[in-house]
Amino acid sequence: MLLKRIAPQLIALAALILLVTLVYPGFLDISINDGRLVGPVIDVLKRGAPVALLAVGMTLVIATRGIDLSVGTTMAICGAVAAWAIAAGWGLVPALVLALAAGAAAGLWNGLLVAVVGIQPFVATLILMTMGRGIAQLITEGRILTFNHPGFAFFGSGTVLGLPVPAWLWLLTGAGVALLMRRSALGMLIEATGINRRASALAGVNATVLLIAVYVASGLCAALAGIVVTADIRGADANNSGLWLELDAILAVVIGGNSLLGGRFSILAALLGALIIQTIDTGILLAGFPSEYNLVIKAALVLVILVLQSPRIAAEWRIWRESQRASREALAERSRT
Amino acid sequence: MNTRALPLYATIVIFLIAYAICWLQFPAMLSTRVIGNLLTDNAYLGIVAVGMTLVILSGGIDLSVGSVIAFSGVFIAVMLRDSSLHPLVVFAMLLALTTAFGAAMGFLIHRLAMPAFIVTLAGMFLARGAAYMLSIDSVPITHPFYETMQDTYWLMPGKGRLRLIGVLMLLTVLAGMVIAHKTRFGASVYALGGGEAAARLMGVRQGRTTVLVYAFSGCMAGLSGIVFSIYTGSGYSLATVGTELTAIAAVVIGGTLLTGGAGYMFGTLIGVLTMGLIQTYIVFDGTLSSWWTKIVIGILLLVFILLQKGLLKLSQSRLAGGVS
Repeated sequence: MLLKRIAPQLIALAALILLVTLVYPGFLDISINDGRLVGPVIDVLKRGAPVALLAVGMTLVIATRGIDLSVGTTMAICGAVAAWAIAAGWGLVPALVLALAAGAAAGLWNGLLVAVVGIQPFVATLILMTMGRGIAQLITEGRILTFNHPGFAFFGSGTVLGLPVPAWLWLLTGAGVALLMRRSALGMLIEATGINRRASALAGVNATVLLIAVYVASGLCAALAGIVVTADIRGADANNSGLWLELDAILAVVIGGNSLLGGRFSILAALLGALIIQTIDTGILLAGFPSEYNLVIKAALVLVILVLQSPRIAAEWRIWRESQRASREALAERSRT
Repeated sequence: MNTRALPLYATIVIFLIAYAICWLQFPAMLSTRVIGNLLTDNAYLGIVAVGMTLVILSGGIDLSVGSVIAFSGVFIAVMLRDSSLHPLVVFAMLLALTTAFGAAMGFLIHRLAMPAFIVTLAGMFLARGAAYMLSIDSVPITHPFYETMQDTYWLMPGKGRLRLIGVLMLLTVLAGMVIAHKTRFGASVYALGGGEAAARLMGVRQGRTTVLVYAFSGCMAGLSGIVFSIYTGSGYSLATVGTELTAIAAVVIGGTLLTGGAGYMFGTLIGVLTMGLIQTYIVFDGTLSSWWTKIVIGILLLVFILLQKGLLKLSQSRLAGGVS
């Protein structure tokens, strides 16, 4: 059942890996160096962390029929807050807590605008998307705020049990949220809100609180992504941190087969979508194309994957197979008589 | 009273109030110079917003337009640099190209039943990538015809200059109003945005309408690219990043529902002018640093949407009270 749900994503990922291996034969090589795993695949797991983390929160938001355009700027804000706290000598734990609090606050703001004020999610989160970079620049005072703190840098470049910490972060976040959603009724309630908010409210679901919680979750995921990016470059870049990553995150969710109309979601599939996007990015880099071609190749690959996954193609394929079977049976019927 | 037009009236009223507040603070705001510049500076945004309005009315969204504008600029600049073609010929080629691009996206959206958000997102990557492939550097445009176009203006009373591209924007909005509100195609677009099943029952040719809507948006993005290249006198592949979101914001401020089916083309003009007014106010103020500019634009956007919502609710409850 689960395998069938994520089969298209797995096939797409396998085909991509095959394609990349053809142009860059060493893609699947993994070696152990200083107790840490090294290789392009590990690199995909590490570099895919920001989009994968964003995709977890975005999946929940999209499941409620919403969209969160502000996650990229939330990353920038949280990164700036963390870097500012570290540079000011607050220490590691307060810096992390502050960054997460900033992410939760951003999510709360979005959630209130959507659930209480009733602004369309696209517009509500567009407001923070416009303002956010300004806020992040305000915190860093327009500079790239650098710091040197080994404990904080660990979140970007550290290793645990051979795997990079960013990879652990998104794996654990994804698994944790997926378990929370599926082992409790939360997932079902979110889906109900996405299908029909009024009806679910009449059925006793506290849709307002649920919606706000979903945007807060998205903000927290963005905060984690912001921490990873900031720790990785040991500095907060208010202008470029998370720039346009909201689009990649939405793309990951959709490649994962989740409908933008909400009502049904799979975090696992969205994470696979994020891996597909990162494999495309890393593969293009490894294949050594001139960088001007990257976007065009990425667009073409994404289009091919989406076309192959499109519900209409699947429906036509099913109709074609049914008709094949029908004609085969008719043939068998005729040969019997 | 037509309740569907309420958001439009709300938008117009708020715009006038906002303008009055700006005028009280800076009396020069009402001069024809400022008004002329308001039209010139926002010409490219206005044109692309006309296409976006139609797309949003049909229940879709077009994220590719910012990239298409950048591509158009680079395409024109490179063609004028490397060939001896007349700009008008290049314009025609470009418009054919961007219209076909839009139509192709519309075809994919309809035939594959894929969300417009994602198809046009891929289109956004594609157009931006194509612009990079043409040139990564900014390419200047030096053609006598361009200089003539840049220098063409009508001197309004009070020394304000109504430039060619500003007039072009107003004409485009006028054409958009006719298309959206007076033609059969426009009616089909509204019907499609109102609900696919109902549209089908009404006999709207869904596929054809979808393809035409995105082709129109592509054409407008190309035209906007031409205007932008006249405005800046160059083509640059990194230009107009995020313009699609500004255009969407302008359409929404103009009172068009993002879910489709309800809204007015004239509202979009007001939306574009509102965005321009905010920018002009910030320039007049002069004390805001670049990051404060972004924050203030966000806050004003929020205030505008909240006011619109409040005004709407107020008039609707009064209307409901009058009936009962």
